[in-house]
Amino acid sequence: MHFSFQNILFLLVAVAGFGLFFWQARKIRANILVGRDRDMSGNVNERLWKTLLVAFGQQKMFKRLTPALLHLVVYIGFIVINIEVIEILVDGIFGTHRFLQFLGPVYSALTATNEVLGALVIVAVVAFWWRRNVQGVRRFTGPEMRAWPRLDANVILYIEVILMGALFTMNAADLKLHGADLPGAYPISQFLTGLLPESPAALHVLERIGWWAHIVGILLFLNYLPSSKHFHIILAFPNVYFSRLVPQGQFSNVESITHEVKAMMDPSYQVPTPATAPDGSAAAPTPFGAKDVDDLAWTNLLNAYSCTECGRCTSVCPANLTGKLLSPRKIMMDTRDRMEEKYNSPLVFSPNLYGKEAKHSQQEQLDKENHTLLRGYVTPEELWACTTCNACVESCPVNINPLESIVEMRRFLVLEESAAPNSLNVMFSNIENNGAPWAFSPSDRFNWADDLFVTEKSPSVAKQA
Amino acid sequence: MAEQTAKRQINVPMMADLAARGETPEVLFWVGCAGAFDDRYKRVTRAFVRILEHVGVNYAVLGMEETCTGDPAKRAGNEFLFQMQAMQNITTLNGYGIKKVVTACPHCFNTIKNEYPALGGEYEVIHHSTFLQQLINEGRVTAEGGESFKGRRITFHDSCYLGRANNIYEAPRAVLEVLDADLLEMKRCKTNGLCCGAGGAQMWKEPEPGKKDINIERTEEALATLDGHAEVLQNLNGVESTAPALPAGSNHGGSVIAVACPFCMTMMADGVKNKEREQDVQVFDLAELIASAEGLTA
Repeated sequence: MHFSFQNILFLLVAVAGFGLFFWQARKIRANILVGRDRDMSGNVNERLWKTLLVAFGQQKMFKRLTPALLHLVVYIGFIVINIEVIEILVDGIFGTHRFLQFLGPVYSALTATNEVLGALVIVAVVAFWWRRNVQGVRRFTGPEMRAWPRLDANVILYIEVILMGALFTMNAADLKLHGADLPGAYPISQFLTGLLPESPAALHVLERIGWWAHIVGILLFLNYLPSSKHFHIILAFPNVYFSRLVPQGQFSNVESITHEVKAMMDPSYQVPTPATAPDGSAAAPTPFGAKDVDDLAWTNLLNAYSCTECGRCTSVCPANLTGKLLSPRKIMMDTRDRMEEKYNSPLVFSPNLYGKEAKHSQQEQLDKENHTLLRGYVTPEELWACTTCNACVESCPVNINPLESIVEMRRFLVLEESAAPNSLNVMFSNIENNGAPWAFSPSDRFNWADDLFVTEKSPSVAKQA
Repeated sequence: MAEQTAKRQINVPMMADLAARGETPEVLFWVGCAGAFDDRYKRVTRAFVRILEHVGVNYAVLGMEETCTGDPAKRAGNEFLFQMQAMQNITTLNGYGIKKVVTACPHCFNTIKNEYPALGGEYEVIHHSTFLQQLINEGRVTAEGGESFKGRRITFHDSCYLGRANNIYEAPRAVLEVLDADLLEMKRCKTNGLCCGAGGAQMWKEPEPGKKDINIERTEEALATLDGHAEVLQNLNGVESTAPALPAGSNHGGSVIAVACPFCMTMMADGVKNKEREQDVQVFDLAELIASAEGLTA
């Protein structure tokens, strides 16, 4: 073990890389926590089990086999190859060479697995790239898939190939340098050594380039995540853990309205005193429903940061399928964009989210007065196209619930702005006046039972029929 | 004639009358607004009551004391109106000491089952598909002695509020099983079922501008499934179907799109009408199919 300039440099790079990432992650956490409180505690075992199945086990990915298998390769590759990162960290700091070699045969198994997975990851990534850019799978398109989301998706794939390339460069050069003395097994790199120069000095440089590219690449990628849809590799887990456990058809009841309705029906009902702010003053009244991101629950905001923009939700949305503007994926992307606009994008690398391309129509851009999530990003036309069918919720591999956000915004439109489509206002007044959504007289409600007969089943009748 | 003498008029038991006599029914039949007012769905209500009478279930209805559950208001964002309706209904139901509710409407079912408990209304709520399945399992309904569905093609359209909303996929299929018909699954079925287009208060408004109505997309899928046009199913993705209708006579006695929801009924029936297939494809609710197979249509 010998310390050198490289070790010190590595230590600085590693500390800076991880430090920057935690700084960014904290900003994202703060963004998510601007959302309304929502108690998601309890049911720990059920939640852990769900996380194990859906997040770790990729259960919902397997509704579509081809992408599920490709994704599984990259996912397992990510987890297993990252064991190598531990070795790189130790080697980098203490100047050791392949520190995990004390594992003996286990080390050989590990390096061999890494190599095979690395090769499979490259194959899967090429397939992903093909599906996205050549085959043109429909769910990767759509108005919300503007320049940045499209570029982002490809950048992720390019980085993954570069990282795998660095791994193979390092292994192949190391193998050629040390030959059979090198601990570990290298089923792929053994075929690559022929491509490398013969000079030991050049091999040593190549090995160092591969080593540095791998770890610096990982640190750069880590700091790219907060700007990218790829952040899902981290947030998928808490997002699934905090997802709803109740039936999908169950919408939340607004508690403040419950108090109001109870007080109306029973004048003696005591409305609980509203929570007070820390300084003792009464808390500001919260609007019904959601106009902006801070009116949504923190789980809805976590949803937005967990979205990988895979478009499964949009591809099964009946409204979107039949050409309406609604796209559940867009609701998630808009929520994230709006959070980072309103609460100062915390990101080192800030893509041009808010340029001309970002908005969906000129009118919305001009509408500065209404520059909130609702109207500034999501139009009422999108919201009213939803059939609340839960197809988007069912399809999301990481249990994102776009429907909750849609309903919250509908609530704002109806309860705060009385801005429902006129036909729905007619339906509301029918319910209020007739107790039915149609304009029928309540006194006709039992008419269906008039002149109702049933065939008594005597043997003779049964035979006749 | 023998048939007429075998007919019995049903006096549907009213909850208020039962309560006056100090009786409680085994189950309250929640009719729902569509079941009470929609001409097409009234036939489903009547068919279901015939089944209840036939097997001798101790039931009652609220009659004019029933009012909208508030489902369409809630889905449209009018939480205030929803809770007003809910409280009113809960007061009525609790006043009668109701323990168990059966309904033919998945929207009423979902609302009463999932959203009323937090407002003080806790009941055992079952959808009529589950109820019918239980009657069949108990041998109280055999689907014999009436119309035969043997060899006829039936495809079941999942209601979102039964399926994805409440994970009820098997009960309606189990009910259809007893018909001994040729049951066909649409490509988008069960968890992947495509909405009819009426949920979330869409029933009461025009759809937003688009290239196609959702019920047409779904009806085309159902028709292609019943007609065996697999190639059409491959391309159905918001695109107009070009499938030719089956030649007359090849469709043994007419195919059926089975539904278990009043809004799906309206949407699918409109779709069939739009595709001009009314002569050989009919839309029926589970209760109607069972009542007619059981020979209860008077």
